[in-house]
Amino acid sequence: MKLTAQLTYGLIACILLVSAPHADHLPIWVSAECGALLLWRAYLARSGKALPPRWLLLGITVLSVMAIAATFRSLFGREVGVTLLILLSTLKLLELKAVRDATIVVYLSCFIIITNFFYSQSIPTALFMLATLLVILATWVHLQTGTLAFKPRLRIGGILLLQAIPLSLILFVLFPRVQGPLWGLPQDAYASSGLSDTMSPGTMSKLSLNDAVAFRVTFDTAAPSRDRMYWRGPVLWDFDGTTWKRGRNPTTLEGVVEDTGMPLSYAVTLEPHNKRWLFALDMPNKLSIKHRLTPDFQLLSDKPVNARIRYQADSFLSYRANPDELPRQLQRALALPRGLNPQTQELAESWRTSHPNDDAAIVREVLRHFNQGGYVYTLEPPLLGANGIDEFLFQTKQGFCEHYAGSFVYLLRAAGVPARVVTGYQGGEYNALGDYYILRQADAHAWAEVWLGERGWVRYDPTAAIAPARIESGLSAAVSNPASLPFMARNPPAWLRELRFNWDAMANQWNQWVLGYDNETQFAFLTRLGMEDISWQKMALNMLAGIFTLVGVFTLLLLRRLVVRQTDPVQTVWLKLCRKLEKAGLPRKVHEGPQDYAARVIATHPEIAADMNDLATRYVALRYQASHDDTALSAFKHAVSAFKL
Amino acid sequence: MKFPNIRSSLKLKFRNWAFRRTVETGTVQLNQRRIYILPTRQFFGFGFVLILMLLGDINYNLSLGYVLTFLLATTGGLSMLYAFRNMAQLEIHAGYVEPVFAGEQARFVFHFNNPGTLPRHQIHLHDDDGHKTVFDLPAQTSTPIELALPATQRSWLDSGRLTLYTRFPLGLFNAWSYIHFDVRALVYPKPASPQPLPIAAAPDGNGKTTIRGDEDFAGLRNYVPGDAMPRIAWKALAREQGLQVKEFSAQQGQQLWLDWSQLPDIALERKLELLTRWVLDADAQGFQYGLRMPDGEVIPQHGASHRAECLRRLALFGVQPS
Repeated sequence: MKLTAQLTYGLIACILLVSAPHADHLPIWVSAECGALLLWRAYLARSGKALPPRWLLLGITVLSVMAIAATFRSLFGREVGVTLLILLSTLKLLELKAVRDATIVVYLSCFIIITNFFYSQSIPTALFMLATLLVILATWVHLQTGTLAFKPRLRIGGILLLQAIPLSLILFVLFPRVQGPLWGLPQDAYASSGLSDTMSPGTMSKLSLNDAVAFRVTFDTAAPSRDRMYWRGPVLWDFDGTTWKRGRNPTTLEGVVEDTGMPLSYAVTLEPHNKRWLFALDMPNKLSIKHRLTPDFQLLSDKPVNARIRYQADSFLSYRANPDELPRQLQRALALPRGLNPQTQELAESWRTSHPNDDAAIVREVLRHFNQGGYVYTLEPPLLGANGIDEFLFQTKQGFCEHYAGSFVYLLRAAGVPARVVTGYQGGEYNALGDYYILRQADAHAWAEVWLGERGWVRYDPTAAIAPARIESGLSAAVSNPASLPFMARNPPAWLRELRFNWDAMANQWNQWVLGYDNETQFAFLTRLGMEDISWQKMALNMLAGIFTLVGVFTLLLLRRLVVRQTDPVQTVWLKLCRKLEKAGLPRKVHEGPQDYAARVIATHPEIAADMNDLATRYVALRYQASHDDTALSAFKHAVSAFKL
Repeated sequence: MKFPNIRSSLKLKFRNWAFRRTVETGTVQLNQRRIYILPTRQFFGFGFVLILMLLGDINYNLSLGYVLTFLLATTGGLSMLYAFRNMAQLEIHAGYVEPVFAGEQARFVFHFNNPGTLPRHQIHLHDDDGHKTVFDLPAQTSTPIELALPATQRSWLDSGRLTLYTRFPLGLFNAWSYIHFDVRALVYPKPASPQPLPIAAAPDGNGKTTIRGDEDFAGLRNYVPGDAMPRIAWKALAREQGLQVKEFSAQQGQQLWLDWSQLPDIALERKLELLTRWVLDADAQGFQYGLRMPDGEVIPQHGASHRAECLRRLALFGVQPS
C-alpha cells in the first residue's frame, strides 16, 4: 500500500475531526497552527511535492513545544498533555513516510478522541464520536485495501461499527468496573464551575448567566412549594469589607435541629463541581453517602465532587436550628471590619435604640427598609468602592442577591444581632417529562440566617423583600432587564421549553445510565436483571458468554453469502419443462441440446409438435441470443406453465 | 552472518512440520481447516493503545471513554472474522504455464473463483522467496492470477508451496493458507549467444545454397526470445500486430541435423544451450531440422509443435521423469 494523496486526505480528516472539539479550549495560536499545518499537508498531498525536510520539522516542533511551555507555564498536567498530543499528531502527518506512520496516525486519532471526554460526555459528543470513528475506520480500511473507492470503504467501516455496537454494549454492561482513580490526578483534572466559597459583589450575578445544570432533584413525595426550596451550600461568616468568607468553625460538633416536622425525602444527582460541598434542602437531616455535617449545617463530602454523584437525602422544612449556639460562634456572627461604612453603622444603631431588646423587630425594620427604600433588583449593578455597603444602601440602591444578603447581614451585625450569609441555589425548574427538578447555575442565590435566641437560626431572604418574584417564579420574572439574561433563562416560547425539557430528560437518563454507570450502578442493574451473588468472576463469565453468543450469530450472518450458486431465470423455466417431460417418460439426455431434445420428443409425440417447437425456439432465443427481455421471459414462463402432455 | 540462515531454515522446518505438505490436484476450496489466523504486529500496537485508553477510563472515570474503548476493541476483534471471510470458500485451480527459457520469469497462472456475492480485497500470493502478487477478487467471477517466478535452470520448475494471505480489513490479523499444486513450468535451456548453424556439417551443401531459403517468405509467427533481430517484422509491429517474426520456407528436402555428437567438447549445459540456439535459428530460417541426442532423435520436420518437441527434449535431457 502506497501513501497516496487520497489516503493522506483521509488521515488529515481523522486528525481534523478528533481535534476540532478541542478548538474552544486550546490556546488560539495552537488551533491556528494546527489548522495551518493541516492545510499545508493537504496542499503537499494535492501538488505531490516533497514533504518538508527533517530539520524544518524538528525546528517547528521544538519552537511549538517551547511556546506551549511558555503559555501554560508547565509541561505537565492534562491541558498541556492534550495540547501537545494534538500538535504532535498534526506534525506527524508532515512526516508520513511508510504505512507504519499512517497506522500510528490512525491509533493517535483514536486516542485523541478520548481526551475530549475530559471536557464533555454529552449525547452530541457521543454522536460525534461515532461519526469520527466511522471516518477513522474508513481510513483504516483504506490502509489495507489501497485502490478501493471511498464509498465501499465507508460501507465496510460502517458495517464493522454497527456490528461492534451490540458487542460493546455487552462489554459496557458486564465489564467489571474498578473504582478509580488508579493514580494521583493532576490538579487540573476536573473542570470546576458553580458556587465558590466566597462571595463578593458580582459573584452571583456572574453565575446567573451560566445555563449549566448544577444538580437535579427527584422528590419521593410531593415537592414543597417553590418559595421553600432553599438548597443550602456554603455558609459565610467572615467579612473584610468586600468579600464574605467561610472562615473556620471553632467546633466540630454537628448542628442540632429541634422541633422538626416530618422529614421530606428526595434524590439529588449532583454534577461535578470539584468542591466538597453537597446540596440539600434547608435543613438537611440524613444523607445516603459518606459526608460530614458542620456546626453551621453545611454538608461536606470527604473528597471533592469530581464525578457526577447521586444521593438520597432527607430534610426538615420546619425546625429550630441550634437554639443553643456556642457563644464563640455568636461572636463570629457579630464581627465586622472596623471603621468602614459609617452611615450604615449609624442607621443600624438608630434601629437598635428604638428596639433595645427586640431582635426580631430590627429584622423587620431592615426588611421594610429594603422594601420601601426604592431598591432595584438588577443583574448589572454599578461598581462599588471601599465603603461598599454605604454606597449601595444610600446611593446606588441597585443590586443582586449578593448585595442584599451581604448588606442585610451587615446591618444586623451593626445593630448587634448575630447573622450570617448562606449561599446555595433557590427554586428549580420542574421537568414534567422526567418528574424531576433542574437546578441551574443561574439559580445560584444568597440569603441570610439570623440567630433569634430561642428560635435558633432563622432564614430570612432580603431578596424576597425587593423582588418577591425571584423567589416565587424565578429570575426572568424578577430582573428588570431580561435581555441581559442568557436566552433560555428568559421566558422562551412554550414549544422551546417543551423541547428543552425533552432534551434535559434524555440527558438525565444518559447521565444516570451511561455516564453514571459505575460499580454501584452496575451492581444494582445486574441485580435488577436477576443476577445473584455478583462477583467479578461471574460478570466476566457472563460477559464472555454473551460475547461468544453474539460472535456466533455474527459468524453465521457474515459467512452467509460466501457461496451463491448462480441460476439463470431462463434456465430455471427450461428445467421446469424438462421435469414435466421427464414425468411423462421423456427424460432429456445429458448430451441433448434444446433443439435435439425437442426433435426427439416430437418424433414420439407428434401431437405436441407445435407447442414443443415453440418452447424450444423461445428458450434458444432467450438463452443464447443474449437479449434481456423481461416480457419474453414471462411469456415463456406462462407457456411452460400452460404446457401439458 | 550465519544466524539468519539457521533461523529461516528452522522456520521452514517448523512450517513443514506444522502445516500440510501435500501437493494437490484439481480445485482446492479454502475452508476453515485450511485457513490459519494469527494477530499481526500492528495488533499488539493497537492492543497497547487500548490498554492505555482503558487505564485512562478507569482513572478518570470516563464512561464514554469505556464506550469508545469497547467499540474499538470489538471492532478489532470482529476484523478477525472479516479476515477469515475474505479468504473463505475461494476456489482455486492451477492453470497452464507457458514454457519459458532459463533466465526468464515463468508465469504461473491460478484461477481464483469467488463464488459468493462479496468482493474479496487485497489478497497476497507469494512464494517462500518473496516473489509476490496482490489482487482483488470481484464477486461471483473467476479471475486468473499470475505469479511470476524466476526460472533459473532448465527442466521442470515447481511453483513450490505458495502462501496466500490477507490482512483485510484493519491489518490486525493475518489470515493465511498454503497452496501447493502439482503444476510446473517447463524451462528450456537458455539459448547460447548467436552462433552460425552447423550447415557445414550437412553432407551435400554449403552455406549459400541453404540460406537462399531466406528469400521465400512463408508467413509470420509470434516472436520468441532468441529470434534474430533482422527477422523481426517491423512493419507488423507498426500495424500494432505485436512482435512478430518473418518465416521463410526452405527448399524441400533440405534437411539439417543438429547432432549432439558433432558438438565441440564443451560442458553439457553449454551443449544444450548451443543446441537450443540452433533449434531456434533453424526454425526461424525455415529448415527441416532434426535433433540427434544421446538418448534418441527427433526426425527432421518443421513447425511450432516440432520446435516445442525439440526444446522439450533439450530441457529434460538427463532429467529423471518424476
